[in-house]
Amino acid sequence: MSLTPDDVRRLARLARIAIEPAEEAAVLERLNRVLGLVEQMRAVDTRGIEPMWHAGDPHLPQGQRLRPDEVREKDQRAPYQSVAPAVEDGLYLVPKVIE
Amino acid sequence: MLASTVSELSGALASRQISAVELTRACVARIDRVARELNCFISVDEEHALAAARRADERRARGEAGPLTGIPIAHKDILCTRSLRTTCGSRMLADYVSPYDAHVVEQLERAGTVLVGKCNMDEFAMGSSSEASHFGPVRNPWDKRLVPGGSSGGSAAAVAARLVPAATGTDTGGSVRQPAGMCGVSGLKPTYGVVSRYGIVAFASSLDQAGPLAKSAADLALLMNAMAGFDERDSTSLDRPKEDYGRFLDRDLRGLRLGLPREYFGDGIAPGVRAAVAEAVRWYESQGARRVELELPNAGLGVPVYYVIAPAEASSNLSRFDGVRYGHRAAEYRDLVDLYCRTRAEGFGAEVKRRILVGTYVLSHGYYDAYYVQAQKVRRLIARDFAQAFERCDVILGPTSPTTAFPIGAKVDDPVQMYLNDIFTVSAPLAGLPALSIPCGFDGVGLPVGLQLTGSYFSEACLLGIAHRYQQATDWHLRVPRETPL
Repeated sequence: MSLTPDDVRRLARLARIAIEPAEEAAVLERLNRVLGLVEQMRAVDTRGIEPMWHAGDPHLPQGQRLRPDEVREKDQRAPYQSVAPAVEDGLYLVPKVIE
Repeated sequence: MLASTVSELSGALASRQISAVELTRACVARIDRVARELNCFISVDEEHALAAARRADERRARGEAGPLTGIPIAHKDILCTRSLRTTCGSRMLADYVSPYDAHVVEQLERAGTVLVGKCNMDEFAMGSSSEASHFGPVRNPWDKRLVPGGSSGGSAAAVAARLVPAATGTDTGGSVRQPAGMCGVSGLKPTYGVVSRYGIVAFASSLDQAGPLAKSAADLALLMNAMAGFDERDSTSLDRPKEDYGRFLDRDLRGLRLGLPREYFGDGIAPGVRAAVAEAVRWYESQGARRVELELPNAGLGVPVYYVIAPAEASSNLSRFDGVRYGHRAAEYRDLVDLYCRTRAEGFGAEVKRRILVGTYVLSHGYYDAYYVQAQKVRRLIARDFAQAFERCDVILGPTSPTTAFPIGAKVDDPVQMYLNDIFTVSAPLAGLPALSIPCGFDGVGLPVGLQLTGSYFSEACLLGIAHRYQQATDWHLRVPRETPL
């Protein structure tokens, strides 16, 4: 199946990526080419096959390792916030959300 | 000096024929002269490198040096380093300096390597040509009109051009092996979970794995000894006993069962690639290895499956780039959602946006089962094909890529043609298997051809041994690219 211009606008909204109206046709055309490529795997008969969620699955059948739920990291707020575009008093600054 | 392998340099350092400072100076001088025309580095830090080299020499004087102490290396610019910015080849992170080092970076630093710089790459490791970088395309040292492969193309070009004896890369669908093949160097993608992903900016978490690039398989073994190991901070890191990746370098090839999948030798392989790989197979046979013809019936589905799973995971992982916590932020916006949308539109390049949109689609309501879950099921079929194959053979041989390096610009407008480069490399990461690429000759126009060896889980040391024996009998891996003479 092929995407429509409406689909592209919906995906762009979900992905939080602004697409200019002038770019839309090219984006649509290339997305449809990619979906055309992946289409061939949809016809494969996979009844009774378990999805393989991660590449370690064959030797890690129990899934990912969990550690005890306890605080181990020390406070790193200052170094982590030093790379943020806008902070004040230890808070990340964003445009006002609630009037 | 720069023509030497890591193993040779390690010996020269140990016997005090050279010092780490001298070696690092030589690397930096050659980078100054050659790197710009290849565009293979994003950052170079001479001052830090020389300080690290001095520490390496002091460590050696104290008698505490290991085999990698004093060896200059470069990291792909997706491994977080505190000392140099980590851009991922993206405008989004063009000025980002990580507050911490990746586990691989720590491990190689602990071993005493000297970090000289960070290598250019396809943005967020999404690409097969190293053209999709905010910092411009990387050029192939064998012919500067051509791509070096990708996404670790800067690392492969830097090693090929003898700028550094070794570099790191990451491999999600072939991003270590494919550029290694196209640049005539050796590169390994380890079994998933062997190398920690901590501090490596995530692209597709269920596939991503860091691996070394160097001239020879013996060098890859030395690097793996430092890079591999359990790390609690990566929940998929495997807690296994430490191993010596060089322990099978002298393995006997007699009786080795060479798996030759029909699907890896079919139509669509360039004649020069086919001939070089066939010649390598004949060499192994001459050493007493035995051919096992086999089939990987679902191999052709690897690319379609990969281009569902990798974009799905990427769309989720890259949602963190929102202009709030780090990286680029748009200058103008109306509200919070507009801030996100404009930041991401400006910060990401076309291929990254395309993959995020594809990933968003295959995970969206109504399509999740048909695309994402279906892809994960076909992925298991691909892994089962390999498991059955490894009951009959010890190693699977084939070309790393269907063609040698292609011209810059040739495939940038056609994502499907670009994705089909990955046809032989995507299956190993989908199944979580180790695989490596070594040079096995040249095509009719003098471009390097990669031979891919894929093994069962945790067979890295065996693969490296099989590759090393070939490199003892051939000198493809020692040829210096014609456009970057020493």
